[in-house]
Amino acid sequence: MDSFDWSPIFLTLKLATVSVVALVILGTPLAWWLARTTNRARVVVEAFVAMPLVLPPSVLGFYLLFLLGPNGPIGGLWESWGGPRLVFSFTGLVIGSVLYSLPFVVQPIQNAFMAIGDRPLEVAATLRANAWDRFWSVAMPMARRGFLTAATLGFAHTVGEFGVVLMIGGNIPDSTRVVSIAIYDSVEALDYPNAHILSAGMFAFSFVVFLIVYSMNRRADTVAR
Amino acid sequence: MSKIHGSFKHTSGAFTLDAEFTIPNRGVTGIFGPSGAGKSTLLRCIAGLTRARIATLTVGDETWQDESRRVFMPVHQRSLGYVFQEASLFPHLSVRENILFGFKRIPAAQRAISMDQAIAWTGIGAMLDRMPTGLSGGERQRVAIARALLASPKLLLMDEPLASLDEPSRAELMPYLEGLHRDLSIPLLLVSHSLREIARLADTLLVLRGGHVTECGPLQSLLPRVYTESGAVHEDAFAVLDATVARHDAPYHLTELQTVFGPMWAGEVSAVSGENVRIQIAARDVSIGKAVEAQSSIVNQFQVRIASHTARPPGNVIVALVPVQAPEAAPLLSLITRRSWDQMALEIGMTVFARVKGVSIVR
Repeated sequence: MDSFDWSPIFLTLKLATVSVVALVILGTPLAWWLARTTNRARVVVEAFVAMPLVLPPSVLGFYLLFLLGPNGPIGGLWESWGGPRLVFSFTGLVIGSVLYSLPFVVQPIQNAFMAIGDRPLEVAATLRANAWDRFWSVAMPMARRGFLTAATLGFAHTVGEFGVVLMIGGNIPDSTRVVSIAIYDSVEALDYPNAHILSAGMFAFSFVVFLIVYSMNRRADTVAR
Repeated sequence: MSKIHGSFKHTSGAFTLDAEFTIPNRGVTGIFGPSGAGKSTLLRCIAGLTRARIATLTVGDETWQDESRRVFMPVHQRSLGYVFQEASLFPHLSVRENILFGFKRIPAAQRAISMDQAIAWTGIGAMLDRMPTGLSGGERQRVAIARALLASPKLLLMDEPLASLDEPSRAELMPYLEGLHRDLSIPLLLVSHSLREIARLADTLLVLRGGHVTECGPLQSLLPRVYTESGAVHEDAFAVLDATVARHDAPYHLTELQTVFGPMWAGEVSAVSGENVRIQIAARDVSIGKAVEAQSSIVNQFQVRIASHTARPPGNVIVALVPVQAPEAAPLLSLITRRSWDQMALEIGMTVFARVKGVSIVR
């Protein structure tokens, strides 16, 4: 075990943490807008948000490679402003993860916001709370379960990504070599013991995550009743 | 005298609210109408929860809305308290945090009601540290009222506050509403589909039908018209009168009341002589005779004039009776059969005797 390489595990946890933080920050206003708007463009945005659920990760990865690459429309512009290379870097992985896990974070938050309904917000308005105040003192606390689910699912889903990482991250130790890639690598190198350890770790991790999510939901249901 | 004047035109789906009214900026105004008449929509427009696109609203000397000048004060800037049909307490906050929600958000100098006062009025002192989920319907509604009061409103709006409650909870909450009317000077707009509820609480009556204000004015004089002019005959119609306690007849447990019709005997009440009370007389407890009946168990007999009757009576007729000396006063109502009306050859303007069997004091 002396030779066991922990770096893919730390890198994976770092990627998932950074991605979840970015997802909650970006996903919350998006989910709020989707939950509250009467704009007809909503369904179009909803469809885009849901697409990573069915799209092969290689498609997402391919387009990201094209867009973020040094000659791509976004990557080119970014590098001409002096930004560091996006593809085959940790930053590129975060961008990919955020898009890939977007529905897993936006949908639970959106559902939680919608479940609140108009009434509590109207009550808060009659009690002198302005829109910003209503969001923070009523909507956010009432949707906290949705946030917990969103963060957990977003984290777990990012940990489990492979195709997108392979396409835009490659296999650079300490930068883009996450656990799923390391497993693939170990198998290719016929290092089955290492593949076993990492795979079993992922297996246990996924199980524990869902065990926590479902038991939290169950407890919350019992309390509500 | 300070007034509330509103005019709202608002279409939502197939329903159009087109209501204009002027009511006193004090006391209780009951907003009555059949379901679908637009009562809740009107209240929401007044609060600003629904923004009518053609609208004006002034409360006392404040303009809350004037769409011709694009003036619309957002809900959170209006000094109002709103009690919804369901208490709608914040589930993530304790009772104490719920009632302090509005209180914390107004400057200390503008707080007209203290936490202790609101708690005492609504009797919620024992449940402050509980969460809303554990409360009964009546308790929740009392918390909602305390929460609205603690926002120190200049106008209280209540949308069927009793409708979602069962009979015991309703009976439990009614005295609190009456207490508010007695002790607070905040004008209250109360939406209800129950005239009985409105008659107990309101001074002014506003009747909505099909999105239009059909009646608006003092309750006592309007109530009979609501009954006599609506196509249907209300078997449980009643009149509301103001009275003054004259004296008590302790041995017989009776109280004599002074009314515009003359002295009236009622079951003994706790009020002292000289106190003003409101009485309710059911139309089925009032019969009509052409002469004074001396040998009768009914002690309350008054000479009255027939002012009006129901427009299209089927089997029964509701007749409005006014004092001969004061034809402008709020009338008594009498429910008699169509046959009696014809056999006695009654007609509008005729002087007859009203015999009142039951008088109940509502406050």
